[in-house]
Amino acid sequence: MEIPVMVGAGLIVIGAGIGLGMIGGSAMDAIARQPEATGKIQTAMIIIAALLEGIAFAALFAV
Amino acid sequence: MRKENIFKILLAGLFVLVSLNLNAKEAEEETTGKIDTKTGVKEFLGHHLKDSHYFTFFSDGEKGEHYGFPLPVIIWDGGLKVFLASKFHHGEELVELDGNYYKLYHSKIYKTGAEGIIEYGENGFPTNEKPLDFSITKNVIAMITVAILMFLMFWALAKNYQKRSIPKGFSRVLEPLVIYVRDDIAKPNIGPRYKKYMSFLLTVFFFILILNLLGLTPFGINVTGNIAITLGLALVTFIIVQFSGNKHYWKHIFWMPGVPVPMKIILMPIEVLGMLTKPFALMIRLFANMMAGHVVVMSLLGLIFIFQNWIASPAFFGFTLFISLIELLVAFLQAYIFTLLSALYIGMAVEEHEDHPKDHGEDIPVI
Repeated sequence: MEIPVMVGAGLIVIGAGIGLGMIGGSAMDAIARQPEATGKIQTAMIIIAALLEGIAFAALFAV
Repeated sequence: MRKENIFKILLAGLFVLVSLNLNAKEAEEETTGKIDTKTGVKEFLGHHLKDSHYFTFFSDGEKGEHYGFPLPVIIWDGGLKVFLASKFHHGEELVELDGNYYKLYHSKIYKTGAEGIIEYGENGFPTNEKPLDFSITKNVIAMITVAILMFLMFWALAKNYQKRSIPKGFSRVLEPLVIYVRDDIAKPNIGPRYKKYMSFLLTVFFFILILNLLGLTPFGINVTGNIAITLGLALVTFIIVQFSGNKHYWKHIFWMPGVPVPMKIILMPIEVLGMLTKPFALMIRLFANMMAGHVVVMSLLGLIFIFQNWIASPAFFGFTLFISLIELLVAFLQAYIFTLLSALYIGMAVEEHEDHPKDHGEDIPVI
């Protein structure tokens, strides 16, 4: 693997990490505000996380 | 013998198999020498990720022996040809059938001349002709096993309900999972017409879940980390979504309401592309997650043999254990996500306007 490719892969992982952190953080906030909607929030969180992960993996495989 | 005892013996057998497997790997590394350990680990990883014509439990590197059993090879090359993979002697020997020669090279069957020479193209890939391969490989064996297992499990569950309202034995484990798929995946995402799709969702959920869990056993059958299999699963979802799509679904793809005509023409190809990217994402997600998990676990195990000292080995053993536990979570999560997204896509296709009276009806204030 060449160095630019490695850097690209690292950037992808950083981006995905930031995204996942934001999703998780917002979900925590939402659950703290409305604990009775925990189930719905978790489902939505997992869907978004899965979509993000799909993009991250696609990019990693393109590398 | 009591049931608990049988379980204990099975568990002990599993541990023995794990330790034997590790010993075998160690022996393999020792003979190859320290310089070749890296390539050895890489090769081992590559073999583990690929489908195989052998079902190998463990190998003895010193003697160069593989303990397992060969699987039947079924190829179509101007006629159906069936023979056992043991004829290949792990790629060392050619198989002659009706004047044609076949060679096993990197787990794939190539047609060669009598000398068995593999020719390479400019990009380094073999250019030899490949016969159509319908073999019962390791992955196929795993899938058949899972199919039989699922049939037995759910047949027992169904039988249970005929006799009593509360299931007994292992069915008690399955019941909450089935209800979970119904109440938390199918009902909220598909809506009132969920019953028709329950059989598909349950099948796909348990199929992926059991295959994922099977991949974590020492047999190391990497089925869901094979893109051909995830392609098949995603294709089924795609076909079901397209065939259950109602007129609203197609209207929203080809001639969406409430948008000016020039915009409709621009949006139409994007929507058609969106129709295709959904199953594509399903395919990539499952494949990438499972393959990445296997690569991480095997790499950490391989590091033990690369470092070969008393400090690194326990540390990497601990890491492997930790990652394996995460993989256990991922196995459930990926089965859940695949089912959930399938349900979501089906829900998008079968949704009627009356399903959400609150969104369009009385709750919106009339100005």
